[in-house]
Amino acid sequence: MSTAAGDDRRIVGGIAALGAITLLAGGALAGLFEESGKDIATIAGAFDVYHLRIAIFTLWQALLSTVLSVIPAILVARALSRHPAFPGRRIILRLFAVPLALPALVAALGILALHGRSGLFANLFAAAGLGRWPDIYGLAGILMAHVFFNMPLAIRLTLGSLDTIPGNHRRLAAQLGMNAADRFRLIEWPHIRSALPGIAGLIFMLCATSFTIVLILGGGPRSTTLEVAIYQSLRFDFDPAKAVAFTTSQIVLTVIAVTAFFRLGQPADTGFGPIQSGRVYSRPGHAETVFNGVLIIAALLYVGGPMVAIAAAGFAADLVRLAGDTAVWAATAASLVFGFTAASLSLLVGLSLVATRMTLQQRRRLQQPGALERLVDAGSGFILVIPPVVIGAGWFILLRNTVDVFALAPVMVITVNAAMAMPFVVRVLRPPYDAARIRHDRLCTQLGLKGWNRLRLVDWTVLKRPFATAFAFAMALSLGDLGVIALFGSDAVQTLPYLLFSRLGSYRTADAAGLALLLGLLCMTLMFLADMPKGDR
Amino acid sequence: MAKNAQKAGGASIEIDKVAFSHGDLPMLFDLSIEASSIVAIVGPSGSGKSTLLDLIAGFETPVSGHIRVDGIDVTDIAPSERPVSMVFQENNLFDHLDVFSNIGLGRKPSLRLTLADRDSISDAIGRTGLTGKEKRLPGQLSGGERQRVALARALVRERPVLLLDEAFAALGPALRDEMLDLVADLQQRTAMTVLMVTHNPHDALRIAATTAFLDAGRIVARDSTKTLLSDKGPQVVRKYLGKIGASDV
Repeated sequence: MSTAAGDDRRIVGGIAALGAITLLAGGALAGLFEESGKDIATIAGAFDVYHLRIAIFTLWQALLSTVLSVIPAILVARALSRHPAFPGRRIILRLFAVPLALPALVAALGILALHGRSGLFANLFAAAGLGRWPDIYGLAGILMAHVFFNMPLAIRLTLGSLDTIPGNHRRLAAQLGMNAADRFRLIEWPHIRSALPGIAGLIFMLCATSFTIVLILGGGPRSTTLEVAIYQSLRFDFDPAKAVAFTTSQIVLTVIAVTAFFRLGQPADTGFGPIQSGRVYSRPGHAETVFNGVLIIAALLYVGGPMVAIAAAGFAADLVRLAGDTAVWAATAASLVFGFTAASLSLLVGLSLVATRMTLQQRRRLQQPGALERLVDAGSGFILVIPPVVIGAGWFILLRNTVDVFALAPVMVITVNAAMAMPFVVRVLRPPYDAARIRHDRLCTQLGLKGWNRLRLVDWTVLKRPFATAFAFAMALSLGDLGVIALFGSDAVQTLPYLLFSRLGSYRTADAAGLALLLGLLCMTLMFLADMPKGDR
Repeated sequence: MAKNAQKAGGASIEIDKVAFSHGDLPMLFDLSIEASSIVAIVGPSGSGKSTLLDLIAGFETPVSGHIRVDGIDVTDIAPSERPVSMVFQENNLFDHLDVFSNIGLGRKPSLRLTLADRDSISDAIGRTGLTGKEKRLPGQLSGGERQRVALARALVRERPVLLLDEAFAALGPALRDEMLDLVADLQQRTAMTVLMVTHNPHDALRIAATTAFLDAGRIVARDSTKTLLSDKGPQVVRKYLGKIGASDV
């Protein structure tokens, strides 16, 4: 046990963190309530057929995205697990981690540059005299982008579940002479099956709350999701009643999705960590090798293609002119400052919650966790239930008559981005933090090591890597976010994604491509720095 | 399945100058084992006992040298084609399959079992004392029962060589003796060759007539178990057994 004073300080920190979270979420909900109190009839009227269609589309595209991501991912993960010596395997796995940190806006542009009407494939199609390339705006584009993001994630998570197959089972499979089908049915599938609900649930949740991709690639009112509808009703229609109605539906929907997700069990992994595949004791046959090779290469091309397209389109842009554009410099600076602050805030709040939870857990020993412990445990995930755009919308509605909402952009962007990263931050920090506490508490108490000295001398060695990973991811997430800034952004306060979006809106496509390259490179650099000391094996 | 795999009775094993490198320990094994004998492999941890079994089973490939079973070179043959079954200390069974199916895998990895297969499985269940437990899942079995299932699977595979890799190390003393006696009994009936890795001299004394002693990747002694593990055994063995102090060597 650590000292009572230290415990109390930690608990106060946790309560402060919870207070900040409550203020952020509460303000947004207050805005929605206040507005609905004013004119409940108009809001009730906003739940029309159009509204229903949008809600159904939101679920439908999320379901399709999940299925299209998970099924190929199982096949590819299996293929990768069967070929630990596949040429370039390490690089392929690292490439599959890139979409985790790549801004949705950048990916959407990459998909357009490759598959869009004026993209690479369309040009080849036309050059071959095959006529017009079909448009991808709408469901097709949304699904393509969601699969681009989530299939690699599913591959890494599935591969993680395949890694838990005991070495002796692999040996037995070799000794008993199982063929590929037996092996899948008897060994691989039971492990995949136990991880599958968590993986599918996570992807469904991500796709049901996806904003940027639907904003860029959705095709007008026919393929719009609730989040985009909230944004449009605030920024274009100036119709708070409609926004409140959409927001209510979105919250109900996410509460259901999140509850289902936690019931199904989360993936044990974040998808970020190194992947170690077990040995293979019997070489796959010729036909299986070819099949697996084709699968891996197809997945590689699908994920790598848009990245190459972003780079190609970016370098083709007039980068020299962009470099001389003061708006670009201002937006880059704003993005970096916001991102750095948001990441710091996210780590501070996240660590407070983690520390408080562990302190409370140790204090109660074997009794049931109390209300405060449950709250600090769940607090980090509130953003999953109330998505960023909804928080932004709530505050926007609350404050729109009293202050200049656009002047609030920095505060909103920083706080909401910090909240967005928190579920991830807590999942990365908590296991090593808890382990360090359990291992070191008694010894540190005996030696009188506490506070800063303890962190510096004892805990930092095990916590620095998770800290770096969490910080880099939080900052990358903030750098690439378009949700909140789309509501609060203005000519006065622009981030890189906002600038990119407005250039796209004024058809300055080359500028947008150049900015996408810059944004992508910034996020990749962050992830690379965080991952430097050791990589995938 | 290879033709030689179906042969009943035991088979001789010849480890002919097999070199292998595991980390920074170069290993060199040279050993021949008579058909239908029970041989114990004893030695300190890290001496290469399990690696030796992995080489015979085909889970590891030698850098050089040859492994012959029943006079046939198996060095380049896939694990499933070798006339060998192996029982590990843990994870011998698939947790989602019941006892019958786990044993059945030894017959057909697809589990499409014929009537003859089922008879053979039931027979093995009887011989390993698992009658009535066919439908249990591994999670519902004791540690000893789980190893019985693994032995039953080895039986239905009808391979002339059985490798035990510390198979009973996790069991208590009484249960361990019971399992060793079961192995001895099964060996009597089938005449298979049994190679048993253990760190416990008691195991070797109980059922193995011959013992080979491994140290730092080499077979440094091989004799009748009673002689090797007695006070008259080689110095390195006595040191391992704690019969002389380290300073005496």
